[in-house]
Amino acid sequence: MNITLSVNGEQQGGDVEPRVLLVHYLRDTLGLTGTNVGCDTSSCGACTVLLDGESVKACTVLAVQADGHEVTTIEGLAPAGDGLHPMQQAFHEEHGLQCGYCTPGMIMAAVSLLEENPSPTEEEVRLGLEGNLCRCTGYHNIVKSVLAAADAGNGAAATTTEAVSS
Amino acid sequence: MSLGTIGDRLPRKEDARLLTGEARYVDDLQIPGALWVAFVRSPYAHARIGSIDASAAQAMPGVRHVFTGADLRDAWANPMPCAWPVTEDMKAPDHWPVAVDTANYAGDAVAVVVADSRYAAADAVDAVAVDYEPLDPVVDLEDALSDRVLVHEGLGTNRSYTWTLAPEPDAVDRAFAEAAHTVQERYLQQRLIPAAMEPRGVAAVPGAYGGDLTIYSSTQIPHILKIMTAVTCGLPEQKLRVIAPAVGGGFGSKLNVYAEELVAVALARRLGVPVRWTETRSEAGVATIHGRSLIQDIELAADGDGRITGVRVKLLADMGAYLQLVTPGIPLLGAFLYHGVYDVPAYHFECTGVFTNRTSTDAYRGAGRPEATYALERTVDALAREVGVDPAEIRRRNYIPTDRFPYTSIAGLTYDSGNYQPTLERALELVGYDALRAEQQRRRDAGETRHLGVGITTYVEMCGLAPSRVLASLNYSAGGWEAATVSMLPTGSVQVVSGTTPHGQGHETTWSQIVADKLGVDPGQVEVLHSDTAVSPLGMDTYGSRSLAVGGVAVSMAADDVLAKARRIAAHQLECAEEDLELVDGELRVRGTPTRAMTLQAVAFEAFTAHDLPDGMEPNLFGQVTYDPPNFTFPFGTHVAVVEVDEETGMVELIDYAAVDDCGNQVNPMIVEGQVHGGIVQGAAQALWEEAVYDEAGNLRNPTLIDYCVPSAAEVPYFRLDSTVTPSPTNPLGVKGIGEAGTIAATPTVINAVVDALQPFGVTDIDMPATPERVWRAIQDAPQAQEAGR
Amino acid sequence: MIPAAFDYQRATSVDEAVGLLTEHGDDAKLLAGGHSLLPLMRLRLAMPAVLVDIGRIGDLSYVQENGDTVRIGALTRHHDLERSGVLRERVPLLAEVAGQIGDPQVRHRGTIGGSIAHGDPASDLPAALLALRATIVARGPGGEREIPVDDFFTGFLETALAPDEVLVEVRVPAVADAGWSFQKFNRRAQDWAIVAVAAVLADGSPGVGLVNMGGTPLRAAGVEDALRSSAAAGDAAARADEGTEPPADLNASPEFRRHLSRVLVRRALEAAGA
Repeated sequence: MNITLSVNGEQQGGDVEPRVLLVHYLRDTLGLTGTNVGCDTSSCGACTVLLDGESVKACTVLAVQADGHEVTTIEGLAPAGDGLHPMQQAFHEEHGLQCGYCTPGMIMAAVSLLEENPSPTEEEVRLGLEGNLCRCTGYHNIVKSVLAAADAGNGAAATTTEAVSS
Repeated sequence: MSLGTIGDRLPRKEDARLLTGEARYVDDLQIPGALWVAFVRSPYAHARIGSIDASAAQAMPGVRHVFTGADLRDAWANPMPCAWPVTEDMKAPDHWPVAVDTANYAGDAVAVVVADSRYAAADAVDAVAVDYEPLDPVVDLEDALSDRVLVHEGLGTNRSYTWTLAPEPDAVDRAFAEAAHTVQERYLQQRLIPAAMEPRGVAAVPGAYGGDLTIYSSTQIPHILKIMTAVTCGLPEQKLRVIAPAVGGGFGSKLNVYAEELVAVALARRLGVPVRWTETRSEAGVATIHGRSLIQDIELAADGDGRITGVRVKLLADMGAYLQLVTPGIPLLGAFLYHGVYDVPAYHFECTGVFTNRTSTDAYRGAGRPEATYALERTVDALAREVGVDPAEIRRRNYIPTDRFPYTSIAGLTYDSGNYQPTLERALELVGYDALRAEQQRRRDAGETRHLGVGITTYVEMCGLAPSRVLASLNYSAGGWEAATVSMLPTGSVQVVSGTTPHGQGHETTWSQIVADKLGVDPGQVEVLHSDTAVSPLGMDTYGSRSLAVGGVAVSMAADDVLAKARRIAAHQLECAEEDLELVDGELRVRGTPTRAMTLQAVAFEAFTAHDLPDGMEPNLFGQVTYDPPNFTFPFGTHVAVVEVDEETGMVELIDYAAVDDCGNQVNPMIVEGQVHGGIVQGAAQALWEEAVYDEAGNLRNPTLIDYCVPSAAEVPYFRLDSTVTPSPTNPLGVKGIGEAGTIAATPTVINAVVDALQPFGVTDIDMPATPERVWRAIQDAPQAQEAGR
Repeated sequence: MIPAAFDYQRATSVDEAVGLLTEHGDDAKLLAGGHSLLPLMRLRLAMPAVLVDIGRIGDLSYVQENGDTVRIGALTRHHDLERSGVLRERVPLLAEVAGQIGDPQVRHRGTIGGSIAHGDPASDLPAALLALRATIVARGPGGEREIPVDDFFTGFLETALAPDEVLVEVRVPAVADAGWSFQKFNRRAQDWAIVAVAAVLADGSPGVGLVNMGGTPLRAAGVEDALRSSAAAGDAAARADEGTEPPADLNASPEFRRHLSRVLVRRALEAAGA
């Protein structure tokens, strides 16, 4: 089946077998390997991308379902040639990543979260990331990263809503 | 990039490529012409392998070959390696990468499909018809010990080894005979699935000519893998290059030599093309090693005040079906620590390893030390109950006093440094212990159904594996050294080549900080190379919380050598005495006449051209050190967990957690904290959520992340961290490891909290994980509950 | 890992979808958000020969007030149910339940029609629709028909939908003034419920639905009966597991599920103001 879709602002497309998952289309056909596969039960969220601006698990979407839509992957997040997206910058400053494998999916989920809820509480961030598993960080700094990005996005000084001293 | 030296919270240099998706993990690599393999795996835990009919599979689109275990038998010069024969009489079955006669666990590979694409390979797996003759499986540990059914007929028993540490058996007997209090507990360390977020993968790529082979693997151990591949496949070691690209977590599960890696190598050689494989998550559940899985019997003897006078431990450890790289030794890594931070004069430890028809166990975060800390800290709480003393107080009475360090333990270790009680007091302060106890009591008095529980653990662990001589005495087949080369290149930048192999730990940043501290250079200008045996030929790889204490120290020593040589060159060229030179802002200056100076970059160029070097000095400016540590390092700390248990549903919520850890001097406190955070969640996960569940036929019932409950951010709180700094005298940086400490401490901390919450019901123990149903049943079955007629 | 191959068809209207279902019969399955079907297909537990993608049918996503009823288009996503002002005002239980399904990524794709048509006793929405006494609207070759929710779930993963019918709408009574509660018990936030309870206490007409207490989504008929006889919350809750056959799985035994159902029903009734 022939599909056309916008991926990170560029028109892409071609003939795909209907059973090809969006995540495999992105990785294997388009070479966008930033989006990762971490499980086979739609549990881990490592494959999270934005579909029309909303977070989805690319392992549970067929490429043919994305036909005619806009996909944003981690590679398309930062403004072209202009450093890092504020969420990426926040993860960097707050040490929200270690091995990095869950990170692209985590960041895309967080971007979508803030898009829908620009000033979340700590609990809203934790629940908002319930579909993204990380084995390295214990989530402490991931939550701080997202809250820092929210603060920065809302014009406040980059303070983090840190409940505890460390 | 801001200047960052030792002690700075420098944001990581590794981050950019990870944040943007540019990092290449094995499955991301584009390898033109590669064939993909998929494995036909036994659905039976124990079965004789009869005929294998691959004709239907071979006829499927894209399928190139199907190889059986028999087909590949001659690819192996040696069986799969076990690097730790723990006893002279240890029994080990031959372990071939693809099983030939018998499948010994559900998941054991019996055939390999080679195809054009991973999908074609996966599609064909089901079409391979294997004639199995199912045999009785052994799943239960005590059943295995009875030898009722043998896993490996040829061994004549399921018992692989019994290992004993008994420094003074009579003293132990006396201690128990004379004890005012004794407590005896049995614990089950459940089987865990390490579940690093990146499934394993490998690609074996033959060179165009000359017999070279490059192996890309999601591995923690490129150097060891290179050697073991040479030995197992019968290849010249110098023809092999192993590269660990970006690796998505390991936690010990990638500290191994796996069948799939060896098969990829053998097939790449046989077929002359690249051969690759990537694990699926469900496959990982059976194909990647498991953690823990042992039964612990522990007894403490104590005097009237609850001072521990003796410890007796007996372990029954589940090896699984085969001995993988370190399988038999994992429980023994805790052998010396079942008295932990307590000054105990009598000690007895024994461990028996048995085979079962299940996936092999091996290293998983903490590897033997979480088990030891769990058994001890749970039993210390039992002792506290027996003696009638608060759990914090019983610990205070037993800590090794601070003035006793370096401390020679009854088990034969020398703890380098320690200062335990301040970590307890600070952790209690962080959670507000007194207020918590008051609130706990208020709820109990009011008959509320949401119970507070507070749990404490003080731990010490031994890491930085280890002095090579000590490894020799344990019969461990590798050394404990680490190598580093620090070079100032002719153009002035600094290059570090390290034998460590980070997969999330931030070595590039930390080693840069060490070099920046030593040489006064900008850490952003330091390039750290690692994880490629062609670029970094010498190394013992990353695991066991060893990299900073051994590898980082090697880096700092190499940097010292660079500076020493630079000083000699500068003194020679500036015509002054070496003692008159001082390093200021990256320049060597003559004290008193600062205009007489040379930048390190200038010295490096001079070393390269060698136009004017001191007599007898070799050109180039680099230091190369292979550092063999004189001792383990012994990080320690106290963790406190606060849980809320809903007595109606059994739900346990982790509502607060404090950790005060001491890993000696900290190079990058931000990275240290991150390691503790992650370690805590994995330890708490063993306590509350995770278990590899087997049925009686030996099938893993929960290989996927839907049923194997790795927790998310929604399940855990922020952690209140603090640290004390008691430098290690073992190494010049005064550093210790920290990568596993969080996990080592967290499991008993959380379970002690759950048991504490259930105290009104008379519950004194709960199996892990403390699922809602387990907690609910513990309440129903407990003596007070039955009395109260709940 | 990846689904088995299938023939892919797109329907741009309900009638076209009905036509394709008629043509392919049992070989065909409908694809909406895909979050019930694709996970099964990836593990090859489902291998339909034909997939009819109805995700692009434009006029099936809506939440409309219609007097005392709220009509919800079958392709309305959980995310949109959660945020619907109409639902929050007129049928708040439904907005609450939708917001607890899976995780945000799942809620961006999963649809109410897809979830209901799948007929999984472990899904949250069916129990809510039982509590609300909803009506399912299906369209087939012979036209549209209304199916009361009590007639809809006929067996494990089986519904009253004929192979050539498309679920097009769910109609729920507006219950803004009724007490309501949703109690979901699971181990991790993203997990399916071990047991969950949806309760709506409209005057004289209590509705209590159970998640994961049997082979189909179940009505807690014993509880409703007790409530109609003015029983107190605790007494009514004691009848929570009447007529249920809770499954045993890795998370819970049948006995524990029975116990949980009683606790959760009591909590739901208390929260709903019984």
